[in-house]
Amino acid sequence: MRFLLNRLAGACMVLVIVAVMVFMLTHMAAGDPMALLLGDQATVEDIAQARTQYGLDKPLPTQFALWAGELFKGNLGQSIFLQMPVAQALLERSEPTLFLALFAVSIAALIGVPCGMAAAIWRGSLADQALSGMAMLGASIPSFWMGLLLIQLFAVRLGWFPASGYGDPGMGLGQRLHHLVLPAIVLGVLNSALIIRFTRASMLDILGEDYVRTARAKGLPERVVIVQHVLGNALVPIITVLGLTTAVMIGGTVVTETVFNLPGVGNLVVRAVLRRDYPVIQGTLLVIAAIYVFINLMIDLLYTVVDPRIRLGGV
Amino acid sequence: MSVDSRWSLQLRRLFARKVVVLAACMLALIVLVAAVWPAVSGADPNAIAVSERLRAPSAVHWAGTDELGRDVLLRIVHGARYSLLIGCVTAAGAVLLGTLMGILAGFFTRLDAPLMRLVDAMMSFPDILLGIALVSILGVSLWNVMLALVVVYTPRVARVVRAATLVLRELLFVDAARALGVRTHRILWAHVLPNLMSPVLVQLTFIFAYAILAEAGLSFLGVGVPPEIPTWGTMIAGSLEYSDRAIWTVLFPGLAIVLTAVSLQMLGDGVRDMLDPKLKKAV
Amino acid sequence: MSAIKATSRLEVRGLSTSFATDAGRIQSVADVSFSIAPGQTVALVGESGSGKSVTSLSLMGLHARTSQAQMQGEAWFVRRDGTRVNLLALREDRLRALRGNEMAMIFQEPMTSLNPVRTIGAQIAESVRLHRKLDRAAANAHALRMLELVEIPAAAQRVHQYPHQLSGGMRQRVMIALAMACDPTLLIADEPTTALDVTIQAQILALMGRLQKETGMSVLFITHNLGVVAQYADAVAVMYAGRIVESAPVHALFADPQHPYTRGLLECLPGVARRQGHSLAQQAGFQLFSGPATPRRTRLLAIAGQVCSPLSPPPGCAFAPRCPKREGVCDCAMPALQSTAPDRQVRCTVLARQPIANHHDPVTA
Repeated sequence: MRFLLNRLAGACMVLVIVAVMVFMLTHMAAGDPMALLLGDQATVEDIAQARTQYGLDKPLPTQFALWAGELFKGNLGQSIFLQMPVAQALLERSEPTLFLALFAVSIAALIGVPCGMAAAIWRGSLADQALSGMAMLGASIPSFWMGLLLIQLFAVRLGWFPASGYGDPGMGLGQRLHHLVLPAIVLGVLNSALIIRFTRASMLDILGEDYVRTARAKGLPERVVIVQHVLGNALVPIITVLGLTTAVMIGGTVVTETVFNLPGVGNLVVRAVLRRDYPVIQGTLLVIAAIYVFINLMIDLLYTVVDPRIRLGGV
Repeated sequence: MSVDSRWSLQLRRLFARKVVVLAACMLALIVLVAAVWPAVSGADPNAIAVSERLRAPSAVHWAGTDELGRDVLLRIVHGARYSLLIGCVTAAGAVLLGTLMGILAGFFTRLDAPLMRLVDAMMSFPDILLGIALVSILGVSLWNVMLALVVVYTPRVARVVRAATLVLRELLFVDAARALGVRTHRILWAHVLPNLMSPVLVQLTFIFAYAILAEAGLSFLGVGVPPEIPTWGTMIAGSLEYSDRAIWTVLFPGLAIVLTAVSLQMLGDGVRDMLDPKLKKAV
Repeated sequence: MSAIKATSRLEVRGLSTSFATDAGRIQSVADVSFSIAPGQTVALVGESGSGKSVTSLSLMGLHARTSQAQMQGEAWFVRRDGTRVNLLALREDRLRALRGNEMAMIFQEPMTSLNPVRTIGAQIAESVRLHRKLDRAAANAHALRMLELVEIPAAAQRVHQYPHQLSGGMRQRVMIALAMACDPTLLIADEPTTALDVTIQAQILALMGRLQKETGMSVLFITHNLGVVAQYADAVAVMYAGRIVESAPVHALFADPQHPYTRGLLECLPGVARRQGHSLAQQAGFQLFSGPATPRRTRLLAIAGQVCSPLSPPPGCAFAPRCPKREGVCDCAMPALQSTAPDRQVRCTVLARQPIANHHDPVTA
């Protein structure tokens, strides 16, 4: 329990630092959103007036305090360019990103975990070397390059999948997912490389433990040793990594979203950065980081529940 | 055993593996070509030849030509210089800063919590987003991209170095040195740092690879290196619209990225396999 | 080579094991031969790296696949039904049927040898369900009985607990319970008490002794602790650099160590342990080699030098570089194991040449 409270305090500390960082990053960029907003015809007075209207003439610490205050009330601010609250913009964009993230992680896990297990069990064999080699290859491929090639092959030449976009409004789930297949393959394959490596390492760690030797000394068949003794201990770190990978994909898939023209969170951030839409940049980056911190915390909670050593306390 | 013989033993063990030798050869080849060819050939990679636009790969142009008639292979070779430079500088910078942070956090308990909270905060952003934000602040240029990426990857190195330092701190020889009255900074310099070489080397190779991939992504989005500079990323970004007619303009620069990144990772894996098992867990 | 003892539970002949490493193939154990009678305890003694653990793992077939262990020789094990099988030549599934069933092993590190996420009851029951084909309820009941057998207090509660909730000594008891669950005829104990406190050591040894008397199982006890050997073993085999250099019944070994290494080991024992060994030997009626009135030594003795690296063994006897009785012939070839008495063997060229009477001279080193 004390451990959890400690982690909670640490996480809050991190979020505070994140908020400060996000604010500073946003406002340090040169370029005035007001100028962009009002266009070339705007006069200096127009711009100054707009700045006052949006509260941008106040000193930075004051702006930060105001923004932080609004955050506690649950208000992420209002977008300068999108005519809607930041929170709403995020929610609208979250569906494609979430579906893509879950779809991609599923593919990554389905490929990565069995391959990693096989590589660990047959360590040193040709299969292991081939799988590890594939993992390294997967981690070396630029996502947008693979996306472009897949679009050319499967969308343009073969016509099996749409080349871009998320579909028109009102489309059903099936249609939506159909649009996500190619980007999910790209992200899934690339992330499976990480999963293969991690699963392999995790399994090898456990396979080297003394209690696995004890299990073998009992005369258990290797199959039972793996399933009953190794997997149980190896799966928890693997699930951790899968959870964190999902978290990173919210916002981290910016490049893929751009290639496939998906109206997701990453896309939102990039547009906002280019236009200096301060509220959107601040709000979105903060939410993305907060999700990551939250998932980390949840994983620690999961460990507390699952591992009897932590749950029951030791001698 | 003297330090020399220990290093030569390590090197022999490292190169005993065929995969590592292969990777090292590939890298050496890439570096050699990137260094020598431009000097020898003298051809201008930026020379526009509109009549030669979008030619498929042939005996004259091994990798075809791009939308401005420039020879793709020549541009790839020149691009290698920039991409390798970016990878090198970023990795070196991240490793230097990260090692400093990591040692301080690992060795001095009072600095540990604040430094690690900072590292946690920085790592709660996806790499590419942080890179985009930083480049948009600093402005789009070659050096700014490198600086931004250094900031992005420093926390990663700091975490690994801190973990390794914590392990080393617990090892008896540090206690022994302390008991003998050796001063802290000397302990760090003479005892902790040499043992950090291997994990740091592993990180160096991986960040080199990540940096090349990250720069490509940033350039693709338009917040990387300015398009006039021929890096592999800008090449792909520039030829995007022609990817349906002239796939080679996009295919070959990408292959160059893949080849370089794979070689680096194979090398890094090889070094990691040689690590002391106690430190391996930290990497 | 002596004739097959008709009453052996385990007879090992010429066991050799080598491993593949970065630096080439290393011979870890060579030409190891010993036998264990039913109900007998044989101690395998040696320092770290002498090959004693490798020997036990070779017998059980528990080497890691990645180490590419190659084993030669024979290890004849007499099963409950009387048939004799060569453990080293057995197919994996047949060997597995014996493991945990007719031959069991306990290891040195009780703290890490149990699965942390499963209850100790479940881990014991697993073994029984596999070999005895019991159903869940019967297996759990059996597990409880085993815990009571190894004298764990409040066994009924402990059965549902996890390993980390038990102390080191208790965990080793659990390991013993696990090993005994299917009533093995051979127990291999690889330094079972090394990681435990001295008081707990005594308890565990007493427990093992009692269990052995009750079940009549044979024990191969691996240790570097001569005090334990004196107290507990019936016969001893001393290993050095992967080979057996001397084997004898325990009293004979302590009364009259023949191999220079064994003598060195006994000389190194601090006074108390040696006197214990002497008094046991005296009770058995042996003549002591250095006489009862040994002057009190004020300095600890050590055997000079270090064990040679397995990568570059010396051409002749492995102990020659450190041996006080070394002669030129010792560096020419590895001496063979030779009998100096009906139940004693020594691997020493110099000794083999001398008549037996000289073995009772006082030590001059």
